[in-house]
Amino acid sequence: MSLANLKTLRDTADRFFTAVYDGLVAAVDFIFSFIQRLLGIKGMPYVFVLPNLLIFGIFILFPMLLNFVYAFTGGTSFFPEQRPWVGTQNFEQLLTCKNYLDPNTCVEDLFWRAVYNTIWYVVFQVAGMVLISLLTALILNRKIKARGFFRSVFFYPVLLSPIVVSLIWKWILQDTGALNGILTSLGYQKMPFLINAQQAQFWVVMISIWAFMGFYTLILLAGLQSIPADLYEAAAIDGANPWQAFTRITMPLLTPTMVVVVVLSLIRAVQVFDIAFVFTGGGPGTATLFLVQFIYNYGFSSPNKLFGLAAAASLVMAAVLIILTGIQLLARREEN
Amino acid sequence: MKSARLFAFLMVVVLLLTACGAPAAPATEAPTEAPVVTEAPTEAPKEPVELRFTYYADGVEADVMKPILDKFMAEYPYITVVLDVVPYKTIDEQLPAQVEAGEGPDLARITNFGAYRGKLLDLRGYMADPAYYEANFPAPILNALGFGGYPDALTITGPYVNKTLFDQAGIEIPGEGTTWEQWTEITKKVKEATGAEYAISIDRTGHRFAGPAMSMGATLINAEGKFTVDTPGFRAFAQIVKGWFDNGITPVQVWLSAEPVNSCIGPFKAGQLVMCMSGSWQINGIVKDVGDTFDWVVVPNPTGPGGSTGISGGSAVVGFASTKHPQEVAMLIEFLIKAENYAEFSAGTLALPAHKEVAAKGVQYKTDNPDVVAALGVYTNEVTKLTEQAASLNVHPYAFAYYRNSANRIAQYLSGELSLDDMLLNLQQDIDKAIAEAQK
Amino acid sequence: MSQRFTFLTARRGRKRPHLTDVLSYLYLIAGVVVMFGPILWLVLSSFKTTQEIAKFPPRFLPYQQQTISVEGYEKPLPLFEVQFPDGSTRTLAQVRRVGLEAQLIDPQNPGEIIKVNINQRKPVEKVAFTLDNYIEGIKSFDFGLYLWNSIVVTVVATLLTLLVNSMAAFALSKYRFRGRQTIFLIMISTLMVPLSVVMVPVFLVITKIGWNNNLLGVIIPAAATPTGVFMLRQYMLTIPDELIDAARIDGASEWRIYAQVILPLAKPAIAVLAIFSVMWRWNDFLWPLIVLSRNEFFTLQVGLASFQGELNIQWNLILAMTVLTLLPITAVFGILQRYITTGIATTGMK
Repeated sequence: MSLANLKTLRDTADRFFTAVYDGLVAAVDFIFSFIQRLLGIKGMPYVFVLPNLLIFGIFILFPMLLNFVYAFTGGTSFFPEQRPWVGTQNFEQLLTCKNYLDPNTCVEDLFWRAVYNTIWYVVFQVAGMVLISLLTALILNRKIKARGFFRSVFFYPVLLSPIVVSLIWKWILQDTGALNGILTSLGYQKMPFLINAQQAQFWVVMISIWAFMGFYTLILLAGLQSIPADLYEAAAIDGANPWQAFTRITMPLLTPTMVVVVVLSLIRAVQVFDIAFVFTGGGPGTATLFLVQFIYNYGFSSPNKLFGLAAAASLVMAAVLIILTGIQLLARREEN
Repeated sequence: MKSARLFAFLMVVVLLLTACGAPAAPATEAPTEAPVVTEAPTEAPKEPVELRFTYYADGVEADVMKPILDKFMAEYPYITVVLDVVPYKTIDEQLPAQVEAGEGPDLARITNFGAYRGKLLDLRGYMADPAYYEANFPAPILNALGFGGYPDALTITGPYVNKTLFDQAGIEIPGEGTTWEQWTEITKKVKEATGAEYAISIDRTGHRFAGPAMSMGATLINAEGKFTVDTPGFRAFAQIVKGWFDNGITPVQVWLSAEPVNSCIGPFKAGQLVMCMSGSWQINGIVKDVGDTFDWVVVPNPTGPGGSTGISGGSAVVGFASTKHPQEVAMLIEFLIKAENYAEFSAGTLALPAHKEVAAKGVQYKTDNPDVVAALGVYTNEVTKLTEQAASLNVHPYAFAYYRNSANRIAQYLSGELSLDDMLLNLQQDIDKAIAEAQK
Repeated sequence: MSQRFTFLTARRGRKRPHLTDVLSYLYLIAGVVVMFGPILWLVLSSFKTTQEIAKFPPRFLPYQQQTISVEGYEKPLPLFEVQFPDGSTRTLAQVRRVGLEAQLIDPQNPGEIIKVNINQRKPVEKVAFTLDNYIEGIKSFDFGLYLWNSIVVTVVATLLTLLVNSMAAFALSKYRFRGRQTIFLIMISTLMVPLSVVMVPVFLVITKIGWNNNLLGVIIPAAATPTGVFMLRQYMLTIPDELIDAARIDGASEWRIYAQVILPLAKPAIAVLAIFSVMWRWNDFLWPLIVLSRNEFFTLQVGLASFQGELNIQWNLILAMTVLTLLPITAVFGILQRYITTGIATTGMK
């Protein structure tokens, strides 16, 4: 097929889809115009927001509220009406410790281990993610051949499901995996990548960075490219060295983008679940047991079915998250 | 702003109402192919019946089951059985909730007998010959199932040994009566003589752990049927395993990386491990993955003050009380427990039969591998050595509360996170909590 | 020659190649290895026999032992290279192995049995990509049906997500109405709560509605993603209100303003949401696992998990089927990668 043919084909397709779209718009307009006549313009935003709100309310908000019912009741029944009321017992059980810094002294030692694991994970993951993404974005921002190709390479893992990511890396890092295979064939000892607690923690962080850094790299790259080039030229004329140019021009102008990256990666890091769940299952011991997995294990995974405790833990977690989000929103409002 | 909040509140109320008020409409039955009625039956033609059979497979089970179901459907043309092959996760985590919600299938293959108390269909009232059913399966299992199904296979735990490594080391494989301490020493010698990477290991589960512990004198389940983990025998075996870890003779990843299935059979198949304490269900996979690489044998469970016992286990095929077709469910189960059909399943899956008639006749396993025949022979003999306590574990209503929690807690001990005392204390609490909650 | 030269010396406006240029390319090439190496390893492993997968140390390429058909023996016999004490080597076919002793024959002269110690022989192997894992995997479940279900879920859910979320974002960004702030705040506050912690109540809701074993139960619940609303709203805020006023003066209805003024302008953001929605839905596992338990509704990801039993996991099938599920999304990415990467960059999550 010649190029010209291809072009006409694309034009025809374009025109076809536009026609279909216009037709659909006109058809729906028939209904919406009627509603608009009924409610007036002031009523329309409610109509627009309604479908989303219905789905959101039924499948996200309502279940979250149901968690309160579970949290204040006990037993292993799945139906709220069959669960006996236990008051704040679940919360007490969760939050009772002799010494809050030593999980072994807590009634629910696993919950506190998960809390501490989640905290260090969030700190290291976000820091690592931002640093590596920034470095990659800075390099991609140079005069690089095949930039599009490299950009896609770093982005590709973003498309993979967490389960596939874990599977891929398990195949590399497990005791009989590729990396140990390479080490032994070079005459070295095998390394306990997923067996040693510190190493397993390190790899969980690295793998989540591997899986999602491409996304943040793209955002940071866009931020870098929006910095006007003449600023650097002016700085060069003033005799600034590259480091000065970086700290005085790049960093300040990149701050808004950095904030976005930090907030987004923070949200994702707190929710860490599937990668670690499939990859290490929380092990070795409880070294990579995170909060969401604790909730999942207690709530859904047999045999415990401690829905009440799991719900209480998720409420505690949600409360902390909402407070953090609130602080962040307030801080940004102050800034503006 | 006040009115905004009022509005939000109203929205929430409306949502609550709509969500609660939504009628629990039954899921529309998917149209399935109408059963082909071949010959006009003597009785009046029956309404077509569809049975949903939720199934999981460790290997070839579904492939072996399908032809048997086809035979059943040929015999009863008005019944269609749909085998839904699902991840084990679904059986383990979703099915109990679905059954509780009345959304369960008609039949299922399950492992956690205690999770469905009162939810299974008492088949005896619907069977043509309930006496045959009751006579041919171990009473404790049928009781645990509330006569709602039958064990489709009997499994038993026991150690695999790499015979080729022993041959290379010039060491005899010890027989019946050897203790765990002695096995530890001998396998260590074999490892050192042959340069094999690991000597000895055990699957990461409280199920496999229980047999050796009981052999070493643990009374895990007391006379009232309560779990007690802090006993000298349990401590002793935990310390032996800890010794394997501290001496670097065991593949630590088996216990320290928590996978859904964590077995020492991986390193064993790779020829890196001299002895792997696992169970009879591994035979199929070993045949497939080891091939001709080395010779392997199953040895009797090591001996201690408490005997030389493995732990029995196995899955069961059950019918649910919520089914709309109890008669047909019972007919299917009655068909599946016919000696020829049951034997066909055992033969195809290389599983020990839990069916007395089939076991007495002997199963013609579909294999020409002499190692397999020998291994199945050893395991069959192990069944006779089960102590009473060991036989009661898997049919205990809260067996799973012990299995899962113990695997995680023992792993914490082995990784050094918890001391032996703390481990036992926490494990006991976990089990008690899970049972107390389930009894609320 | 010249091309390679410019490739290596492309740099930041200076005349001579600078050390940082070399380092940059080293970094990028290392990046390619780190990003694609693991995936390549997965793909290669999927072509290995189960015996090869179980081996340690693993080998990069899949190998298979060569076999030979010899008269008088039913099955083809495996070939070994045997080293004799006098230093000579011969390629022989193994009849059987008993303990430490292997019994072999010369394929040219099958009459005579040669007995050697097993350590004297080495298998004769060649690189061979086996398709058995793929064939067995596709045969053991209804691949076509699961693929179709996955496509239906992905396409329908994405269209619904785009419609519902863009409508809400339009209302939240372009109107001042009572409750606007509250709705937005509630949505934002749920942004951080992972779905996995409300799984039990959600399952209850789905059950009450009767959407167990119904694709609707997979499609609808996640259609209203707070992330999507948030992203689209932020983008729509940057579209000037004057356009709307002008359209109103022209007599356009509110629906037409949404569909024909705002949506076309918000295309980049919508494209980004579309890509993420496709990705989420295609890869979604936990949610379909909760809702679906009948085979006729299974998506690929749930079907894939069926190879995980209680006591055994059929890794070879999981590897092969995983590679198959990667193909469609990789193809889409390959075709659209320019739009995807630039789209995300320009939307930039304002």
